[in-house]
Amino acid sequence: MAQKVLVPCSSSSSCGKVQFSPSRVHTQAIAFGGELSQSSSRKNKSLALKAVAAKGETSAPVTAKSGHEILLFDALREGLEEEMARDPTVCVMGEDVGHYGGSYKVTKGLAEKFGDLRVLDTPICENSFTGMGIGAAMTGLRTVVEGMNMGFLLLAYNQISNNAGMLHYTSGGQFKIPVVIRGPGGVGKQLGAEHSQRLESYFQSVPGLQMVACSTPYNAKGLMKAAIRSDNPVILYEHVLLYNLKERIPDEEYVLCLEEAELVRPGKDITILTYSRMRHFVLQAAKTLVERGYDPEIIDIRSLKPFDLFTIGNSIKKTHKVLIVEECMRTGGIGASLRAAIVDNFWDFLDGRPECLSSQDVPTPYAATLEDATVVQPAQIIVKVEQMLQGLI
Amino acid sequence: MAASSLASRAVASLSPSISTGASRDDAGSSSVVGFHKRSSAFTGRRVRISSGHGSSAAHGRRSCVVAATAAPVKESPLKIADALVTREEGLELYEDMILGRCFEDMCAQMYYRSKMFGFVHLYNGQEAVSTGFIKSLKKDDYICSTYRDHVHALSKGVPARQVMSELFGKATGCCRGQGGSMHMFSKEHRLLGGFAFIGEGIPVATGAAFNTKYSREVLKDLSVDAVTLAFFGDGTCNNGQFFECLNMAALWKLPIVYVVENNLWAIGMDHFRATSVPEIWKKGEAFGMPGVHVDGMDVLKVREVAKEAIARARRGDGPTLVECETYRYRGHSLADPDELRKPEQKNKYAVRDPIAAFKKYLLENGLASEADLKTIEKKIDEIVEDAVEFADASPLPPRSQLLENVFADPRGFGIGPDGKYRCEDPAFTAGTAEV
Repeated sequence: MAQKVLVPCSSSSSCGKVQFSPSRVHTQAIAFGGELSQSSSRKNKSLALKAVAAKGETSAPVTAKSGHEILLFDALREGLEEEMARDPTVCVMGEDVGHYGGSYKVTKGLAEKFGDLRVLDTPICENSFTGMGIGAAMTGLRTVVEGMNMGFLLLAYNQISNNAGMLHYTSGGQFKIPVVIRGPGGVGKQLGAEHSQRLESYFQSVPGLQMVACSTPYNAKGLMKAAIRSDNPVILYEHVLLYNLKERIPDEEYVLCLEEAELVRPGKDITILTYSRMRHFVLQAAKTLVERGYDPEIIDIRSLKPFDLFTIGNSIKKTHKVLIVEECMRTGGIGASLRAAIVDNFWDFLDGRPECLSSQDVPTPYAATLEDATVVQPAQIIVKVEQMLQGLI
Repeated sequence: MAASSLASRAVASLSPSISTGASRDDAGSSSVVGFHKRSSAFTGRRVRISSGHGSSAAHGRRSCVVAATAAPVKESPLKIADALVTREEGLELYEDMILGRCFEDMCAQMYYRSKMFGFVHLYNGQEAVSTGFIKSLKKDDYICSTYRDHVHALSKGVPARQVMSELFGKATGCCRGQGGSMHMFSKEHRLLGGFAFIGEGIPVATGAAFNTKYSREVLKDLSVDAVTLAFFGDGTCNNGQFFECLNMAALWKLPIVYVVENNLWAIGMDHFRATSVPEIWKKGEAFGMPGVHVDGMDVLKVREVAKEAIARARRGDGPTLVECETYRYRGHSLADPDELRKPEQKNKYAVRDPIAAFKKYLLENGLASEADLKTIEKKIDEIVEDAVEFADASPLPPRSQLLENVFADPRGFGIGPDGKYRCEDPAFTAGTAEV
């Protein structure tokens, strides 16, 4: 189709059109790049050089009239619907994705539009239907497999590790596995331990997989589209508590880059790396920090595997201090891997050790007070940043 | 497709010509549930075996061996209508089974000479299943196997050279040396693997079958009619993925045949010690699909069942579960001392060697002569020798191959500190890049 595709730069500074102000750190700036090739904004070399916006760059504000307001679950649905309309080999399979419209309504209306075979209600057998999605992808389809809760995909670990991750390699490159595995995870509101897991921690070691986490309606839609178009198996992590987040997103089609991180707030004092729900906790903490005169740079890493070492590195080279704020448990989480990657690559630029705020190594309790105690809270973020910037740690 | 003996009469031969093929039409009798259950040790039920369906291709003509003799040549002892293959088909089947046996024997030799490594699982004794099923397929059909996959690969058409190279871990292997014995894949020949964990290939096969249905019903491409065969063993039939996939395949009437190669042993676990209801074919009924038991040591019986199951799938009538009673003459793998199986059991199956049985059948029915079969055996010997020589002479995979196939899109390795994609690093193609 002749539709123009905008590829807005995820690192917003690279096109200079960022709107934010210290008092409105909650605002999700929507950056528009020029019309670029849809595959990646990185094709434009000049854009790649500047990962960090210089302060004071003015930008055209996003007007209230452009774009449309949407909730995150609907943005995911929009992205999925667009891809299904564009490419008839794209299909969805999972529990209750069809007639029920998805347990979080991400596939609402799609079965009516595309039919029961393209939006397939599966029986409850994660390992087998994930494997079925993989076999279908190997032979020519592009399947989107939904885990009703990401935790359920523990049952599909066999297929995700051995077949999604490894088949391209063990077949000597003969078969590609263009499968997207997605679903809600993370700690919710008193959902109990098993429904509150962080599967990114478990799958990150599987070679051959890519993992991305969405956190706003804007990046949710863009990542969904990118993941579907990718020939690699991609796991797209959504968060149970973010589905009703509202944002204004462009009317024009856009596809984000799977491997890039998103600069949320430029700053000079400290680099805060985060993703998914913790992004919003960090932004909440940043309000207070900015009022107290600090200037944090906030990066939503988005790509959990692989890490965007360019965006991350450029920030560390500027601030020399880094704090990771994540929802994974302290042991073996994304934060643990990120810390190692930072030490390996940017040791010379660090003034102190890279810090990490993670969840407790505790099965998420049902009781609200205990649950709150297991995950990082904005107050802890404020304390930690202040300690780091005052040289106390 | 009535059998015809007319053509063969044209041969200037003193021996009577032999025709093959069925004398009954197959249209109505290939009913969905009209499977013929072989009498089995399990059930003790005896069912009539129908004569096979003759091929509509040229019927068998006995090769011209003109013997100048005064006495008339006697008719062959068996009735013509009992022969179930044409000469051409028979020779093809025989050659395929000999290839499987010879190749596996060579693997054992090569393993003990340290040319191949790791876990190698040989197929000796089970050839009738691979040949009987896979030679009934079309080129576009898919197969999916387990770690005991060498012979499935060969039957499907993967060249012996490529399989042997893969086993030697060479760059010319079908998977560039990256898969090994347990991971044979071929896009060209529609072999979907090669899996080390039992059961994990069954959903993949089910997905390929789903693709056929999708192609026909969503993409409206009626030229796609690929059937998928999933091969696995008795041990797998106690695994969740087996049951889960039978359910889905029956639910959506997927064009798939689930082929159980019941060789009675899962490494050292006797099937009867592991399975509450040992008759695996019965489990098809629990999911509303036909469950068939067949003598897996008899290539013609396997072929007959295979043709019907494959035709049923291709028609859109759904899946079938076929249990082949078979046996492996060697241990589970070349590392298995095979101490638990009793000699009585081994001997019982040794005398039912599928190759010996089929050879006897061909000779007795005048479909081939000793010379024909010797020619085939010699040909296969040469093919296997050539495969070994080729593999031996092939290069090992270079370091540069290390990172190439991790991702179909190598951007998956991400962006490095310098802003370039890791795969743009020259060291990437050398296999030494940091990723």
